[in-house]
Amino acid sequence: MFPFVFEWGWDAGRLIFMGLLYLVLGVISLGLLYAFVKTWLQLRSPRRK
Amino acid sequence: MDLALIPNGVQRCSLKVFVPWMLLWLVILAGGLLSAFLCFYKGLNQTNMNHHFAFGLWIVFDLSLIALGAGAFFSGFLTHIIGEVFIYPYVEDLKAIINAAVVIGFICYSAAIAMLGVDIGQPLRGWFIFWHANVHSMLTEVSFCITAYLGVLTIEYLPLILSNRKLNEIRELNIFGSNLHHAMALFAAAGTFLSFFHQGSLGGLFGVLFARPFAFREGFSIWPWTFFLFILSSIAAGPSFTLLCVWIAQKVTGKELVKRSVFTLLAKISGWLLATYVILKILDTISWAYGVVPRAGLSFMDFYEGPYGVWLIVAEIGIFGIIPAIILITPRLRERNDLLIVGALMNITGIVLNRFVFTIQTLAIPVMPFGKFMSYFPTWQEWGIAMGAVGYGILVFSLSYRYLPLFPQEAELNPIRVLGKAVTDSGIVKRG
Amino acid sequence: MKKEDRTQGTRYGMVIDLDTCTGCGVCSVACASENNVSVLYDESDKTRNITWMQLYMVTNGKGFPETEVVCIPRPCMQCDNPPCVPVCPSTATRKDPNTRIVSQIYTRCIGCRYCMAACPYQARSFNWFDPSFPEGMDRYLSPEVSPRMRGVVEKCSFCHHRLMRARAKAYADGRRDLKEDEYIPACVEACPTKAITFGDLNNPKHRVSELVKGPDAFRLLERLGTEPKAYYKSTKGWVRRMADNYLSGEFKGRG
Repeated sequence: MFPFVFEWGWDAGRLIFMGLLYLVLGVISLGLLYAFVKTWLQLRSPRRK
Repeated sequence: MDLALIPNGVQRCSLKVFVPWMLLWLVILAGGLLSAFLCFYKGLNQTNMNHHFAFGLWIVFDLSLIALGAGAFFSGFLTHIIGEVFIYPYVEDLKAIINAAVVIGFICYSAAIAMLGVDIGQPLRGWFIFWHANVHSMLTEVSFCITAYLGVLTIEYLPLILSNRKLNEIRELNIFGSNLHHAMALFAAAGTFLSFFHQGSLGGLFGVLFARPFAFREGFSIWPWTFFLFILSSIAAGPSFTLLCVWIAQKVTGKELVKRSVFTLLAKISGWLLATYVILKILDTISWAYGVVPRAGLSFMDFYEGPYGVWLIVAEIGIFGIIPAIILITPRLRERNDLLIVGALMNITGIVLNRFVFTIQTLAIPVMPFGKFMSYFPTWQEWGIAMGAVGYGILVFSLSYRYLPLFPQEAELNPIRVLGKAVTDSGIVKRG
Repeated sequence: MKKEDRTQGTRYGMVIDLDTCTGCGVCSVACASENNVSVLYDESDKTRNITWMQLYMVTNGKGFPETEVVCIPRPCMQCDNPPCVPVCPSTATRKDPNTRIVSQIYTRCIGCRYCMAACPYQARSFNWFDPSFPEGMDRYLSPEVSPRMRGVVEKCSFCHHRLMRARAKAYADGRRDLKEDEYIPACVEACPTKAITFGDLNNPKHRVSELVKGPDAFRLLERLGTEPKAYYKSTKGWVRRMADNYLSGEFKGRG
């Protein structure tokens, strides 16, 4: 899963698989981050109820 | 007593009814937990699996749950991507069941992952799949995707939980919930990607077994045909399962929860996908029977013996494939309530049968020319865990229905009557 | 992935002469005691007991006086194209690129049993129970082989520890190559009729490399494409036919 796990190799199969996996996890994290940051900003702004 | 938690504008049964109902399913869940404890404590000798049947009831159940849970990703894809991003109004109706589909998906996936945790011989090493991942294994792909997708389902479930009346009063949660909801298309896209690959890889799981001629299939690039067939069959069965669950919920609550047009749309989607699937499955079976089978020196009938006779393929493709496809794609037939339910039920049965055949029959067939056909029947512990998953699902669904606004159309379809007068603005109505 | 050149390096394999094999089962017993194979409380449960070297008894199906019986000892086939290796999700089984022996890492195995579903030879066994040994037998356990814990899959390793031992000895003697008889698995050593020959299939000096080219040599289920490195040898046509599936008229063997 990570380059420091000993059976890791820089072969094409692994790069594609892990690349796509981290891409999806990244997209999900981005969505969560958006929700958290926007909530935080809205809570700080006094204009909203 | 729990009135403050019940969504606005709808009525729920009293706790006197709700608590015994929950207790019943809690007992069944407890049976599952006891079985799981026995398997953890004493080992997998508590099952009837053996060297021949390396997989058993649990894998069949897992595969079925994941296929049936596909309703969540597919309705999410249709509602958020096709409906909202591509602005295609035809799927608007699905908004009435999208919440229910997400809850059902969440239940199916969490139950499947929990069952897999019992199924592996060394549960404490489960994380090795991720840590020491072998990217060439279909099972690695499945594990990564279903775990990540359960995360997506949790995120999709969260806004619904936060819209509970009491939770929604908390300003922070209210804002967070609606912000999560804004980003839903993104999560739906990620969920679609993950689901596409793990539904496929579950099929690939069997299709790559080149030394098991019954399961092996040729295919496109690294993906055997079963990869594509499993995706197609899961999105055919998923909407039918959602339909069936909502229909059961309507029968149990005695209320109309969604409009009939929603059922019709689900049946139509399910039917056309099933029809496509059945045609491709027949083609796949023919090409397998004339390709893989003779190349292994075997003939078609060598694979059907004992309890796993040729009736299985007739039932899977003929009775539970072609018939429900015809029912669900014919407008005149699917307009009839009884046939609609029969069609959905048969569709699901066919897909479950397909998963059963790939898991159990693959292993029952002797590969050694001098081997014998084996048969397998699960122990009570195996049934216990499988039933526990059902109990867990009904518990979560019942709780979600009672305390969350699961069906957006429910309030409209069931106006609360006070002194014989329908009251639409629920805010002023005091229930009790 | 780079394509493997199977003609290069060492490829350990064995040839089992089924005409010589008497079916006495000593190979199986030697294997079990060499490799600390645990004993079930009920060893008669043949669907769950663990045998790395399984014996199959097969007859030609004819009545007396034409009845013939053959015993087929079945170790792990150590396939050159192993179906079990690519399916393992946690990289717990691997084909050694230097010896072509298929290994199983017990402490890495999570017990999902996918490899067992993939293997057509049923060479893999799962530990359904905690390992146990009858009273007194625990004193005969080999310190060179780790016993397996409950919930993992195990299989024949071609007595890999013997290879390690032979290599260590050779290195101590200042050699890099092993002689033919320096490394042989326990089953080969124990066989009273010398029915099993073991060696490097790529080394023309080793007898196995000649034996596998003979007209009587065959492998189990060759058509599936697993490329086993455990070969068999029999002059009897029906035995060679029994080893694989054929449509009628396909088998063109003599004997």
